[in-house]
Amino acid sequence: MASSTPVWMILIYCTIAFGCAAACAFAFRTAVIASMPGQVSKLARSMPLSASFGALIILIYVFVALFAPWIAPFGEREVVGAQYLPWGGDYLLGTDDLGRDMFTRLIYGARNTVGIAFATTLLAFLGGAILGLLAAVVGGWIDELLSRIVDILMAIPALIFALLLLTIFGTSIVNMILVIALIDSTRVFRLARSVAMNIVVMDYIEAARLRGEGLGYLVVREILPNAAAPLIAEFGLRFCFVFLSISALSFLGLGIQPPTADWGSMVRNNATLITFGDVTPLLPAGAIALLTVAVNFVVDWMLHRASGLKE
Amino acid sequence: MKTKHLKLSNSRISRRSVLQGATALGGAAALSTFGAGTLRAAPKKGGTLRLAMGHGNTSDSYDPATWDNAYVQVFATARHGYLTEITAEGSLVGEVATSWEASPDAKIWTLQLRDGLTFHSGKTVTADDVIASLNYHRGDDSKSAAKPIVEPIQDMRADGPSTVVVTLANGNSDFPFILSDYHLAIMPSADGKIDPASSDGCGGYVVQSYEPGVQATLARNPNYWKSDRAHFDNVQILAILDAAARLNALVTGEVDVIDRVDVNTAHLLQRSPGVKLMTTTGTQHYTFAMDTRVEPFNDNNVRQALKYAIDRQELVDKVLNGFGEIGNDHPIGRSNRFFAADLEQHAYDPDKAKHYLKQAGLSSLDVSLSAADAAFTGAVDAGVLYSERAKAAGININVVQEPNDGYWSNVWMKKPWSAVYWGGRPTEDWMFSTAYASGAPWNDSFWENERFNKLLLEARSELDEEKRREMYYDMQSLVSNEGGVVIPMFASYVMAHSDAIATPDKVGANWTLDGFRAVERWWFA
Amino acid sequence: MPFWDGQSRGDVLQSIWIMIARRLGLGLVTLFVVSLLIFAAVEMLPGDIAEEILGQSATPETVAAFRRELGLDLPSYQRYLAWLGGILQGDFGTSLANGRPISDLIAGRLSNTLFLALYAAAISVPLAISLGILVSLYRNSLFDRAVNLITLSSISFPEFFVAYILIVLLSQSGYFPSLATLSPGATFAETLYRTFLPALTLTLVVTAHMMRMTRAAIINLLASPYIEMARLKGLSPGRIIVKHALPNAFAPIINVIALNLAYLITGVVVVEVVFVYPGLGQLMVDSVAKRDIPVVQAAALIFACAYVLLNLTADVLSTLSNPRLIHTR
Repeated sequence: MASSTPVWMILIYCTIAFGCAAACAFAFRTAVIASMPGQVSKLARSMPLSASFGALIILIYVFVALFAPWIAPFGEREVVGAQYLPWGGDYLLGTDDLGRDMFTRLIYGARNTVGIAFATTLLAFLGGAILGLLAAVVGGWIDELLSRIVDILMAIPALIFALLLLTIFGTSIVNMILVIALIDSTRVFRLARSVAMNIVVMDYIEAARLRGEGLGYLVVREILPNAAAPLIAEFGLRFCFVFLSISALSFLGLGIQPPTADWGSMVRNNATLITFGDVTPLLPAGAIALLTVAVNFVVDWMLHRASGLKE
Repeated sequence: MKTKHLKLSNSRISRRSVLQGATALGGAAALSTFGAGTLRAAPKKGGTLRLAMGHGNTSDSYDPATWDNAYVQVFATARHGYLTEITAEGSLVGEVATSWEASPDAKIWTLQLRDGLTFHSGKTVTADDVIASLNYHRGDDSKSAAKPIVEPIQDMRADGPSTVVVTLANGNSDFPFILSDYHLAIMPSADGKIDPASSDGCGGYVVQSYEPGVQATLARNPNYWKSDRAHFDNVQILAILDAAARLNALVTGEVDVIDRVDVNTAHLLQRSPGVKLMTTTGTQHYTFAMDTRVEPFNDNNVRQALKYAIDRQELVDKVLNGFGEIGNDHPIGRSNRFFAADLEQHAYDPDKAKHYLKQAGLSSLDVSLSAADAAFTGAVDAGVLYSERAKAAGININVVQEPNDGYWSNVWMKKPWSAVYWGGRPTEDWMFSTAYASGAPWNDSFWENERFNKLLLEARSELDEEKRREMYYDMQSLVSNEGGVVIPMFASYVMAHSDAIATPDKVGANWTLDGFRAVERWWFA
Repeated sequence: MPFWDGQSRGDVLQSIWIMIARRLGLGLVTLFVVSLLIFAAVEMLPGDIAEEILGQSATPETVAAFRRELGLDLPSYQRYLAWLGGILQGDFGTSLANGRPISDLIAGRLSNTLFLALYAAAISVPLAISLGILVSLYRNSLFDRAVNLITLSSISFPEFFVAYILIVLLSQSGYFPSLATLSPGATFAETLYRTFLPALTLTLVVTAHMMRMTRAAIINLLASPYIEMARLKGLSPGRIIVKHALPNAFAPIINVIALNLAYLITGVVVVEVVFVYPGLGQLMVDSVAKRDIPVVQAAALIFACAYVLLNLTADVLSTLSNPRLIHTR
């Protein structure tokens, strides 16, 4: 249990982990600068260590997700031994409650979880941001209609809404992606619209309007660049919220169908163990946390670039 | 009456004691408390029991027609009296009824009620109250889950204030057992009707407050007729649905007793200081019911193949974490009176499964198994393990995870093969006629076996114990080898309590928490 | 955008009043549509209350009797209209499951829910905004990274998991109770103590979002010409952020705060379950599971109301904070 380890030990571990992370990030950045063609190399040079660490982690996750069947020592749903085997030996991280290899499940979890989260967030942003910007720029009855629809959808608590929809349409992965994307897109819409609203009243937009610029030009060239920062920040967070939505749904018994491995459900299934100081549920939770941090480090850097700040 | 005299043994029920109810006041209860030769201190009175349960819903109510989860069942048993009670040993004793006697054909039953018994409100318990309480579950307008249970009652009449005469449609020598069903609480009546929204009963505890899905508080009934029961002064029953929260509440000392311990962490809980794990294995069993009317399940060879393609011990070890026993594809548990111990045990045997497939004219089999944790905890995992093992026999089981919500109305008995939970029944006849008899509303495999149905009827009114035993053995064999239900395991009830709690030596296994009666049977050491 | 053409402050205020009136009217429409949607959705759920309550014990006859008793055999539009008629007279009706008046059922739970939401908001909103200002002031420093690392990790853990960890750390060692069940007659301090862990869990869950949005909105403005101007005038970075950037960054910040407040009221069912806190979320989930339509409807209306009002407040505040509005004289 945590209390049995002295605080200074934890501090030392943290420092070592931090040092390793920084070293990895530095090595990664150096490697990219050295091996990549001009454009990428130049970009990498401007990357702070945190962002290159984030980029490295994201690359590793993507690699693991793409090549899961080749990396994983066992099959995703294969029962390989007794339950709760300890770490080490044939089973790097032991086995889970059914005797499946934990390490294998984590690797396949990367594929399923990251894939689902990415698809969901992308869908939510495509729908939400485009409609939100459109509503702000066009205004009038389109704005009114879209805003009212979004208002109504948002007035229904997200978890309850998901619960209702998934019960009606059934809990398949596709349905889950669509439902969470629909719910998330209302949040994105709202943000995109409110940010764009503030931009629309700016002088340069009015100037562009007076110049007779078309709708597409206004959105893509004038509003999007200025609205990008908060939207990017939101993307980083929304991406992570998908994991949370999935595990909250699994808390209500509507998660991803086993035996498909997914981190959100893996946390849920093993969560009770933490009560007894067993760190097993920290593995999938940590995998989510690491990805969240990595994505947001990269997002921070992009935010910084987008803001045009030099320092 | 020409009944054979049988010795009263633990967990077996004397036929005589059923046909002619024990008149000793709480005799069996005393036996359970001061078990032979044990050095257990006498129960002490006092204290507030804080009991946390893994059930309970904001839509629960006082209405006995709707009691559907362990929370309301334990809560009901705490405040209500029943005509009969199943003891921890599995025998039957009178509660509101002191004795009962059957006509020779077991069709007409005469129940004597306890004298001077009063409800919490002070009203005396009369024959009219008993009749009204049972009638509430009968009739066309009954919405009660217990309706099929009291269906066989043809007529009831009061013979004076403390005698009830019940006429059944067909003889049933196990009828007094049925009267112990948790729905059939005795409640006060007015003009022949009970008030289902009332908490008034004649049980050991009086309701002080109740917020459905949150908590109920009760205080000891000062006029309770049982002197050796209801030891706690006050009782608080909490609904803590989250398994981890329930564990934490016990470990941190915020509650004294919890039920539904998460079996994945039970071994860890055992190591916690000041906490005791308690398990009881009775009639609770988990099944996979096939619709025997449709392809491919209409072929018994396919059913047999599926029964040999499941690794029962693995399911007990992994899904129940060892808290249970393997089943033999019939619903009669080891603690039952007529359990067929010498019936051949079905075991995991892919070759035998293949052999049966070949008999069915198949080289491989693709089937879908519907499961959800609403069926039983770990049902989906059980399906996954089943599917992994069945591959070796050329059987491809596609486990479909159904939504928990609406499982019983949309999946069970609708999908061709689904996971099912059964709490089990105290008698063979009750269990078989509930879920295996032709035309029974809950015959979830839609199984029609002429010989079985004939035996069931004969055994119900057969008075010779040995003949009856043979008949029930035959029925178990029939269900096991021809029935449409795979019964891999009997699951234990897993509970935990703090060291401060003391329990009788023998704890009832018929339901969770000492047959729902922990509140009145347990005490603070 | 008619109210942006106003020339005087009075006109602006008047426009805002008109906007509030209009939005309240639209809010009523929203409530109506929400009630319709929820009703339709619950009707579309497989099974009804009779089947759900009887569960495994259901037989066709008992289900039919159950429906007759509750009037579920009427066509759905008739039941909706009857419910609507009741609501318009201020009558929420009674629960189908246990016949209790819904106003009784909800009152206590609503105040519990609001209490927990306010408790968590009182901690998290000031925390998030000050952290947001600090990290944008010291952006890209180690402090910025550390705060981000901690808040991001805390939100990437599912709520129930954060709750379990807090219980292990703070409850098993005896500092705080793991059950937030309130006994009647508890003092205010006692209530704050008993509900500390759920409030802390929620704080950890919502702070990161608001903090990051504050940071993003401020940084987004730092490159604007007027900030550049202030910088050239030699103002200190802290002063620039608080006096010049923050007011103009209010719109997105207020929006995200409103969203999170709405979440604290409507979305905390998981925390309620883990800490056994009798709030509205659990009631609604239970009632959905049992198809207790009137209770679901009542809870949905309350949630929708909370959302509409918070939203309106956020819009009014961000309209007021828009520099175009304030500086139009």
